[in-house]
Amino acid sequence: MKAKTIRLTASYLVLIIFCVIAVYPILQVVTISLRPADRLLSTSLEIIPENASLSAYVQLFTERPFLRWMINSLLVSLVVTVTGVSLASTAGYAFSRFSFAGKKAGLLSLLTTQMFPATMLMLPLYILLIKLGLINTYIGVIIIYSATALPFTIWTMKGYYDTIPYSLEEAARIDGCNQFHAFYRIILPLAAPALVITALFSFMTAWAEYVVAAQILQDSDLWTLPLGLKSFESNMTTEWGLYGAASLMVAVPVIALFLALSRYLVSGLTLGSVKG
Amino acid sequence: MNATTSARTYHRLFIFFLIGPAFLILFAVVLYPFLYNIVVSFSNMSLRHIRDWSIVGPLQYVKVFTEESQPDFYVIFFKTIVWTVVNVLFHVVIGVFLALILNQKEIRGRWLFRTLLILPWAVPQYIVALTWRGMFNFEYGSINLLITQYLGLSAVEWLKSPTEAFIACIITNVWLGFPFMMIIALGALQSIPHELYEAAEIDGASWWHKLRHITLPMIRPVMIPAITLGTVWTFNNLNIVWLVSNAGEPSDNTHILVSFVYKAAFNLYRFGYAAALSMVIFVILLVFSLLFMRRTRATEAAA
Repeated sequence: MKAKTIRLTASYLVLIIFCVIAVYPILQVVTISLRPADRLLSTSLEIIPENASLSAYVQLFTERPFLRWMINSLLVSLVVTVTGVSLASTAGYAFSRFSFAGKKAGLLSLLTTQMFPATMLMLPLYILLIKLGLINTYIGVIIIYSATALPFTIWTMKGYYDTIPYSLEEAARIDGCNQFHAFYRIILPLAAPALVITALFSFMTAWAEYVVAAQILQDSDLWTLPLGLKSFESNMTTEWGLYGAASLMVAVPVIALFLALSRYLVSGLTLGSVKG
Repeated sequence: MNATTSARTYHRLFIFFLIGPAFLILFAVVLYPFLYNIVVSFSNMSLRHIRDWSIVGPLQYVKVFTEESQPDFYVIFFKTIVWTVVNVLFHVVIGVFLALILNQKEIRGRWLFRTLLILPWAVPQYIVALTWRGMFNFEYGSINLLITQYLGLSAVEWLKSPTEAFIACIITNVWLGFPFMMIIALGALQSIPHELYEAAEIDGASWWHKLRHITLPMIRPVMIPAITLGTVWTFNNLNIVWLVSNAGEPSDNTHILVSFVYKAAFNLYRFGYAAALSMVIFVILLVFSLLFMRRTRATEAAA
């Protein structure tokens, strides 16, 4: 039994060390956001700095259009989430359940989209959006974000549907459901964990994206959070206090979502295979 | 006869209705720019020829492989391979290792540990990059403060020398990437039937034997697609290298291929050259993925 005690002690030790490594950089941001304005550069290692102040947070909401950026980001992200979930849940279903010409090629081409440097798609897209008059509109960014997460989320959905037995639809069909109802009423609710993952990934792509937004949303009224954050450092000196506070405000909703959904993460992330 | 034809038509329409919208949007956002990029890669498009560009043949591809830049293609390609291999190796080893520990039934507070360990994944990448850049600061960064105050070592010029700056980027990316592999491995571990271990214990198998002959082979089919994707994502991850090294500092010594493409396109406006280099990256990753998946499938069939 002694070997077991040693093993468990070592396990706890490893877990604690890695948890400290995982959390420490995030605490750094907390520290920066709490530092009083006159002591932003500090060689102290304290987590809660001396004379901690919330002034950066107050400034964010009173002197900067932070609330505006947040509402913009929320709007874009929610539309992208709804679009992403609708597209991935349906396409993934077809790839899991039916055999049709070009199925394997379709799945492989989804994987292939990940191999091209995404930033190089920006230039042609930019020219296309100018021609369509979609610069400085959300439609452009929403379409691009919806497509970005799609290959991965379709694969995730397909992998999860593969674990649901086909006999369920057959039973539903015998009971008189048509194909769409069998999918919509029977299978979709069972795929909840994968739907949650798909929603989370779609939301994350939109919420935290900078490069595409910087090209398309040039009007500062339309800025999303990453663009606003970047503006704190594009001036002569970085406004570290504001930057820290804003980073935290951006990261906290995502972290909260991750934590709330973490039990689905393990069960919902089933990457399927190409075959079948 | 007529009924079956209409049922088949309905079936085809249903599949089209399921897949059509997703692929329509992917054609618009990925395929069209990709084809456009191929055209640009054979042209002389640059700041000087932004509107009056013309097709010049494979000139840009020749430049990619022969141009004497500082650093040149081969040096950056080598760095990209080091970057990808080191990152993915650490992601997978740390991820699987932590998953194995977390999967022990006797550990209390597994939920809490798992929750804290996925935090690096939840923080948006540009915030991660800029935070770590601050932590690598020579004078005020907490990394140097920690190693001078607690380990008694001398401070390291993380961001001013090529090797250290590259290591700083790798540390940052290892930090943010291990939770993904951990979660995938955890899911795979939980799907292993418990009877396998019970049978092995009856046969008197050691801990190492169970790991070697049950656990690793059982999580392998799940890890292979994750590793393929992880490799492609890491190879193409612009954010970390670009933001931690502040666009390749010191003096363009901290580049991987994608950050070099980004610089060529959006800082130097050499669009034709950047497009050609992108195509080279694409072909490298395509060949890698096909070989890797074929090889792993072949060994699977043999096993």
